[in-house]
Amino acid sequence: MTRNSPPAEADIAALKARATALRRHMLTMARGQGAGYIGQGLGIADTLTALYFHELRYDPDNLGWADRDRFLLSTGHYSIALWAALAEAGIIPVAELVTYGADNSRLEMSTLDTTPGVEVIGGSLGHGLGQGLGQALGLRLDRSEARVFVELSDGELQEGSTWEAAMSASHFRLDGLVALIDCNGIQADGPVVLDMEPVAQKWQSFGWETFEIDGNDMDAVVATLASARQRNGKPKAIVLRTLPGKGVRRIEQSEKSHFFRVDVSQWDSIIDEFEQSVGVRS
Amino acid sequence: MSRAMEAGRTLAMGENEAAGGGRRSVEAPFGKALARLGRQRHEIVGLTADLGKYTDIHPFRDAYPDRFFNVGMAEQNLVAVAAGLARTGKQPFATTYGVFASRRAFDFVAIALAHSNLDVKIVAGLPGLTTGYGGTHQAIEDLALMRMIPGLTIIDPMDATEIDAATVAMSDHKGPVYMRLLRGAVPVVLEPGYRFEIGKARQLRDGKDVGIISTGFMSERAIDAAAMLEQRGISVAVLHVPTIKPFDSQTVAAFAASVGQVVTAENHVVVGGLASLVVETLFDAGIAKKVTRIGLPDRYIECGAVPTLQQKYGLTVEAVVATIKALN
Repeated sequence: MTRNSPPAEADIAALKARATALRRHMLTMARGQGAGYIGQGLGIADTLTALYFHELRYDPDNLGWADRDRFLLSTGHYSIALWAALAEAGIIPVAELVTYGADNSRLEMSTLDTTPGVEVIGGSLGHGLGQGLGQALGLRLDRSEARVFVELSDGELQEGSTWEAAMSASHFRLDGLVALIDCNGIQADGPVVLDMEPVAQKWQSFGWETFEIDGNDMDAVVATLASARQRNGKPKAIVLRTLPGKGVRRIEQSEKSHFFRVDVSQWDSIIDEFEQSVGVRS
Repeated sequence: MSRAMEAGRTLAMGENEAAGGGRRSVEAPFGKALARLGRQRHEIVGLTADLGKYTDIHPFRDAYPDRFFNVGMAEQNLVAVAAGLARTGKQPFATTYGVFASRRAFDFVAIALAHSNLDVKIVAGLPGLTTGYGGTHQAIEDLALMRMIPGLTIIDPMDATEIDAATVAMSDHKGPVYMRLLRGAVPVVLEPGYRFEIGKARQLRDGKDVGIISTGFMSERAIDAAAMLEQRGISVAVLHVPTIKPFDSQTVAAFAASVGQVVTAENHVVVGGLASLVVETLFDAGIAKKVTRIGLPDRYIECGAVPTLQQKYGLTVEAVVATIKALN
C-alpha cells in the first residue's frame, strides 16, 4: 500500500484542519512536562502536515518499505512536531503523546532513531543533510523514485557540515533531495546570533533550485512542494519563513525563546484559548 | 643510516612501511581485496574525501566507478553520506587519513554511525609514524579516541596478508568498523593460511622470559626482535592483537600470566591505546607483572623522514631489542 501516490489534488481546508490537530497535540505534549520546544514545533506544523498528509509516499503499516519517501528531522529538538505528525498518521498512539520528554518515554525531547518513523538521529546539528544526501545516493543506485526530504533550521546553517553537504548534493545532481530550511529567527542564545541572510541566495549559489515562501501559508507550502517534484538535475531548497509559536497567540507573543516553560495552570488557559480560537471544544 | 638520510633528503611521504626485513610486499592490499569483494557483493560502495589514490581504494574505484563517490575535502560529510548510504542497505567503505576520520569527523562517527550501529567501514591512512608530515598528518592518538565510541570495532593490521583478511572479515561483520591502513607496497609477514578473526589475538611466537603484546606494524618488528634476542639467550614470546576493540582480554591475560614480564609495542602514543588496554586487562585479572611500554610519547611529533622518525621514537627492530635487553 502506498499513501498519496501519486500525490492527489490537495484539499487545503482538510490540511489546515490537520495542522490544527497537530498543534493541539503539541499543546498536550508540552503541558505534560510543563515545557518543550513548542515555539519551533508550532512554527513547522504546516510543513509537516503538508508532508505527512499530502506529499510524502509512505505506508504507516510498513515503515521499512524500501521505496518510501524519507523525511529526516535534522533539528532533533523539533521532535514535538514530529511526534504530533506521526500520531496523526497512525504510526504512534495519540494516547502516548502525553509522555513527551518524560523518563522512559520513547518520545524524546530530541530524537533518537529508535522510535518508529524516525529516519535519523537529529540533534547534533549539521548531521541531517549529509545523511539525507547519502540516502538519496543509495536510492538512486537502486533506481528508486523515492525522494528524501531533510528539515533543517536557520541556526543550523551556521554548522559548516551543512555546507559540505550542500556542495556535494548539487555535484551529485541529486534532484530527489529536498532541503526544508526553517527560518524562524531564533536559536539557543535568542534571536539569530549570526546573520545567515540572504539565505535563499546562498542555496542558489551552491547549485540548488531554491524557493522562498511563507512557511505558515498552507497553499504556498503545498504548491511549492509540488514544484519541487521536478527531476531536473538539481537538488531543491525551500526556505520557509515561519513564525515561532504560530497559531497559539500567547506563544506567538511571548518572548521568542528557544525553550518554552510555563506552569500547568497557564498551559490549561493557553489550551482553552487555543480551542476557542479554532472553534474546538475539549 | 637510512637511504633517506644518506641522500640528505626527506622522504616524508611515500615511504614503504616495512621494518626493513627484506620481505616481499603486495601493492595496495586493501584496494585489491575490496575490488575482489565488490564483484560478488554489490551492496559495497566506496567513498573518499579527496584521498582515493592515497588510501589505496583506487582498484575499487576503477572497477566500479558507479559505486564510488568522492565527496571532496569534507570528512564530516564523508561519514554522514556513508551513514545515509548504509540506511539504504549499502555497505560503504569510506577512506581518508586517520587524523581526519578521528579528530575532524569524530561526532559523525560517534552519532551518525556508531549510535545507530550502521554498517559502515572507515579505512584510515597514515596511522602513527607512517608519514613525516608531523602532527597534522600523523594519527598517533586515533586508537585512544576511537576506543571510546561504543560499538565501534577497531582493527590495526600488521601486514598485507592481514589487511586482505581483515577487509573480508569487516565486510562479513555487520556494524561500524575503523581500520588503520598500511598502504602502497605493504610487506607480507604472515603466511597465506593465517586466520584473522575480529576480536581474536594471535600468538605468533612462543617464549618465556618476556612477552611482547603488539599491534599494527609493531608486530612485525616484535617478531624480528624476538628472533634476534633468542640468539642472545633471551626467550621472547609475541602476542599480536590486531583488534583493539573488542579487546581479547582473556587471551591477553593468559599470555601475560605465561611470561616473566610484559612489553607492549604500538605505533601510537602510549596513552589510551594498546598499552592502556593491556594494563587495564592485567589489573582486572589480578595479574601483577611489570609492563614496559614501547610507543610514542604523549607529545606532537615533528616533521622528518619516516625512517628517521621511527628510529628517533623507538619504533624499529633495533629499538625493541635494546628495550628488552635493558630490562631486568
